[in-house]
Amino acid sequence: MSTATHAHDTHGHDHAHAHDHHGPPAGFSRWMYTTNHKDIGTMYLWFSFAMFLMGGSMALLIRAELFQPGLQLVEPQFFNSLTTVHGLVMVFGAIMPAFVGFANWLVPMQIGAADMAFPRMNNWSFWLLIPAALLLVGSFFVPGGAAASGWTLYPPLIIQQGMSIDMTILAVHILGASSIMGSINIITTILNLRAPGMTLMKMPLFVWTWLITAYLLIAVMPVLAGAVTMLLTDRHFGTSFFNAAGGGDPTMFMHIFWFFGHPEVYIMILPAFGIVSQIIPAFARKPLFGYASMVYATSSIAILSFIVWGHHMFTVGMPAAGNLFFMYATMLIAVPTGVKIFNWIATMWKGSMTFETPMLFAVGFLCLFTIGGFSGLVLAITPVDITLHNTYYVVAHFHYVLVSGALFAIMAGIYFWLPKWTGHMYSEGLGKLHFWLSMIGFNVAFFPQHFLGLAGMPRRIPDYALQFTEWNQISTVGAFIFGFSQLLFLYIVISTIRGGAKAPDRTWEGADSLEWTHLPSPVPYHTFETAPVVK
Amino acid sequence: MPVKLTRAVAAAAAFLSAPVLADYHVDILPPATPIAQEIYNLHFGILWVCVGIFIVVFGAMFWSVFAHRKSRGAQAAQFHENTTIEIIWTVVPFVILIAMAYPATKTVLDMKDGSNPDMSIKVTAYQWKWEYDYLQDGVRYFSSLSTPREQIEEHEKPGPKKNPNYLLEVDNPVVVPVGKKVRLLITSNDVIHGWYVPQLGVNQYGIPGFVKDAWFKVDKPGRYLGQCSQICGKEHGYMPIVVDAVSAEDYAKWIADKKAKMPPPPAPVADATPAAAAPAEDPNKKWSVDELKANGAKVYAANCQACHGAEGKGTPPAFPPLAGSKVANGPKGAQIDLELKGKPGTAMASFAQLSDADLASVITHTRTSWGNKGGEVMPAEVKSARK
Ligand code: HEC
Ligand code: HEM
Ligand SMILES: [Cu+2]
Ligand SMILES: [Cu+2]
Repeated sequence: MSTATHAHDTHGHDHAHAHDHHGPPAGFSRWMYTTNHKDIGTMYLWFSFAMFLMGGSMALLIRAELFQPGLQLVEPQFFNSLTTVHGLVMVFGAIMPAFVGFANWLVPMQIGAADMAFPRMNNWSFWLLIPAALLLVGSFFVPGGAAASGWTLYPPLIIQQGMSIDMTILAVHILGASSIMGSINIITTILNLRAPGMTLMKMPLFVWTWLITAYLLIAVMPVLAGAVTMLLTDRHFGTSFFNAAGGGDPTMFMHIFWFFGHPEVYIMILPAFGIVSQIIPAFARKPLFGYASMVYATSSIAILSFIVWGHHMFTVGMPAAGNLFFMYATMLIAVPTGVKIFNWIATMWKGSMTFETPMLFAVGFLCLFTIGGFSGLVLAITPVDITLHNTYYVVAHFHYVLVSGALFAIMAGIYFWLPKWTGHMYSEGLGKLHFWLSMIGFNVAFFPQHFLGLAGMPRRIPDYALQFTEWNQISTVGAFIFGFSQLLFLYIVISTIRGGAKAPDRTWEGADSLEWTHLPSPVPYHTFETAPVVK
Repeated sequence: MPVKLTRAVAAAAAFLSAPVLADYHVDILPPATPIAQEIYNLHFGILWVCVGIFIVVFGAMFWSVFAHRKSRGAQAAQFHENTTIEIIWTVVPFVILIAMAYPATKTVLDMKDGSNPDMSIKVTAYQWKWEYDYLQDGVRYFSSLSTPREQIEEHEKPGPKKNPNYLLEVDNPVVVPVGKKVRLLITSNDVIHGWYVPQLGVNQYGIPGFVKDAWFKVDKPGRYLGQCSQICGKEHGYMPIVVDAVSAEDYAKWIADKKAKMPPPPAPVADATPAAAAPAEDPNKKWSVDELKANGAKVYAANCQACHGAEGKGTPPAFPPLAGSKVANGPKGAQIDLELKGKPGTAMASFAQLSDADLASVITHTRTSWGNKGGEVMPAEVKSARK
């Protein structure tokens, strides 16, 4: 894609001396006050991982309770809090911040900029995450327990609960502010700080997908903020936005929520598409099959994502015309999504492939995300959705797109760029082991949930009828395999940071974006103080 | 830790025995209505389309993974962008989608066509039970979970053997005649619930303040099971739906039977949430305070405990405690009124469907337990308050 001018001589000074005068300050204040995109990226990624373990522990507690019928471990109300906070933590705490972490690390390096456009705001948008996380998780300890309405926060149920709801609402506001600041930063950086010659259509796909994602975020986070603010005023200031007795309508909340919610799922998957679109060509040693069509497909998905929210509401009783509109619009999204899948496979076709850990995760992503896409297509068919809505089929569907979609892409990206970031190679053997354990654990945990849903097992229940026992037990075993193999991942990452074989500057033969061609491994603290020239 | 140990052993045994008593169901349940049949066919169709595409596309991928590896000496071709191919792989999926949308559209329209029903049932959801009101036949009753609590609560020790229909059994099932178009008018008294019976092809939210409709027509007599499909608070997993589809004669008999058990509806109570008829009882029975208390504990466990807690502590702030409550310690009349009418706009529903004696018992129970000093209430007082 972009051809390199020449490595090393473009980044201002010789990196061997960089640490002497441009190195980071030591200790806590380095992280507290940092405006360096790499430090902030690192903090985002660690934060995300911590939240992933937190949300994962909740998931395992849920799965443990569901190992057999009857209530053995938790009370129903606490169970509902677990599902709710698990969902919120995973969506807002694990997946989204992880992608912002990638954006921080990679966007400046991939477009040849020295840093993000607004470094101080960047620091602020990270540190906002901490109070938000404390509010979310702390809400378990207030009277009445954490929010127990499902991550969708539907009224009137949510109005019944106590101050944990106010804490959750505040947390959502803070997270939204952080995301909006992050997005403004990313958009400004991409549009203004590209190196000479780095035209939009030469940008690596990861940058493209983030540009589009950032616009989605700016469009929908305020919508969510509005919805939760209305909940707040309904709770405390006597309004009746969602209360029929006062002239409001609970259904309106669903419309507003899902107007945010559907673009939100693309916010969690578009950057994943970007990561995978860089990894597959690198390991196939072959350019991406259709760069331009990938950009157009991503944009069409983003635009379509605004007109499909009603597919979450086929059971509220919309008129037939409404149901039909949302069914057609949803089915339409399959077209650009298909284009992406075909593109990745055409990229692999007649390549010269190797299967290091990043590529394994990318191929795993490709297969499993497609399964999630297919179950999505099944759910798009309104009558079929009506019989599967709020069953475990839906739980299986969104975990295929979020875990083996978004999360696998994140894992792939970490293995891919870790050598660049740390200067060390990770252990390929352990990486592969981590992949296979995740792959097996994930499928054992979530594939049987399709069957449970088809047989009519509702989601968000702490206890179930006897005929659901077998698949639930298998699912729990898989979940524990998946969950515990992430500790192996933690070990791999830490030991790579600490040491390991020296990573070459261009770690992967087929990788061709600026961070590989123009920068050493590990990347110095400051890069591209003089912009490279892209031909 | 003998308890822990037995539980671990029991769990392991359950797991190992799984293959023997296995219920590895992998498909949509057998449909019982024409709509459910259409849904079944649609799912079947789209499933195989997806499997077909998956095999073709991922067949290509796996072939490539196998053949085009560096270790097999593959040289990377450098081709990219091919307009013909790109048009093909945009248009072909589009055509497949249209082929799938066509039958689906037909079913959507069928499902929405609730015109000319043979009968209508108004379904009202409560936290956590259902109320069915047969609009033409004048029968009205509540339906709630009948699985005994000790089969559910296993925190300390494994419960007794679970009923075969554990969690999918109710005290009063819905009874409908086969071959008749039954229209449901679904609403809710508190939060959003979902009336979901997969084999009937119905899954419809009940939304407070709005009435939504759905319909079904059962072909085969039988018992069809379902559950609430929308999270509605802590007992969401415990509000099942049981539908018995019976012949026209059996249905007529059932209606007559139900009616016989119900006295003529009481005089309408002010502007309260309409009261369901209270079951007949011996009006002359004299109740002692101890009898009231004993009966009250049972009625409380069945009707109030889910919200107000076994110890009267409630689950604040959603459901207030009754221990120390102003109402349970205050004037009798106010509490009788509250139980009869409920408190509109809150989860505290009317319990007028209970008999005078049951209501008096449960009120007495709440006014004399957990340190409350409200004093007992006699059935006659409830009776006169109904007027
Ligand atoms: C679905 C949950 C639910 C059930 C079941 C329920 N209640 Fe209530 N109850 C409530 C709620 C909510 C309130 C508070 C209403 C309000 O906002 O004033 C309440 C209030 C009360 C109060 C007044 C408490 C006070 O101090 O203000 C009494 C007494 C009471 N309920 C008795 C009963 C009895 C007796 C039963 C069983 C026959 C029962 N409730 C069943 C939810 C429930
Ligand atoms: C260790 C891996 C995981 C396991 C075992 C797991 C398990 C579960 C379980 C059991 C539920 C409850 C389903 C229900 O009762 O409705 C759930 C819900 C959910 N999960 Fe996960 N999960 C995992 C990872 C993730 C990840 C990475 C995400 C990423 C976004 C995620 C997003 C969600 C969401 C949004 C919900 C819905 C919450 C709700 O019902 O409101 N999960 N998960
Ligand atoms: Cu959606
Ligand atoms: Cu429910």
